[in-house]
Amino acid sequence: MAMNRAQKRYSVSVMLLMASYVLTLMGVVLYHDNHPLHGPLGYVVGLMPAFPVIGVFFVLGRYLVEERDEYLRMQVTRQALIATGFAMSIATAWGFLENFDLVPHVYAYYAAILWFAGLGLGACINKVAAMRGGGE
Amino acid sequence: MINRLRVLRAERAWSQQDLAERLEVSRQSVNAIETGRYDPSLPLAFKIADLFGLTIEEIFTNPAKEPKQ
Repeated sequence: MAMNRAQKRYSVSVMLLMASYVLTLMGVVLYHDNHPLHGPLGYVVGLMPAFPVIGVFFVLGRYLVEERDEYLRMQVTRQALIATGFAMSIATAWGFLENFDLVPHVYAYYAAILWFAGLGLGACINKVAAMRGGGE
Repeated sequence: MINRLRVLRAERAWSQQDLAERLEVSRQSVNAIETGRYDPSLPLAFKIADLFGLTIEEIFTNPAKEPKQ
């Protein structure tokens, strides 16, 4: 299936951001092994792996603005809403369980991982909805 | 929303892809509209109507007047 301009821009941006995420994370971990992070520079270095992930949220928003096909835009919007509901629900539930010492502590960035998993779930739901309505 | 898009397209021997290119939308959009899974916005409905030289009402059935199942 050929991608339109907005889809191509989104895909290329996500690939570049993911590549920069892997490289940044590896670099920061290696740096941290030799130089424990502290002080203002520590915060800057510690935040560096977060920026490419935040960038993915930005390019998804930019895609929704740039996508001229209203049906595709609706599908991606639904996918993102499913991802948000999925991630926030689990994060909220886990937070309370953690608060009562029923589950171990989990780093907050797992919310982003859950959100990306939720995008996959949203894509599956979109696919099922399309198949139930007569297929594509 | 019930519509005559598939019939109108067939009368012109257009594939979904042909119609999608004329409307500047994806083939999935045409499929979703044809099968009633997606109701187009008013601007897109006008674009469809203009393409076939018909009014919106001649292509799309008013949901309030759709036969009850």
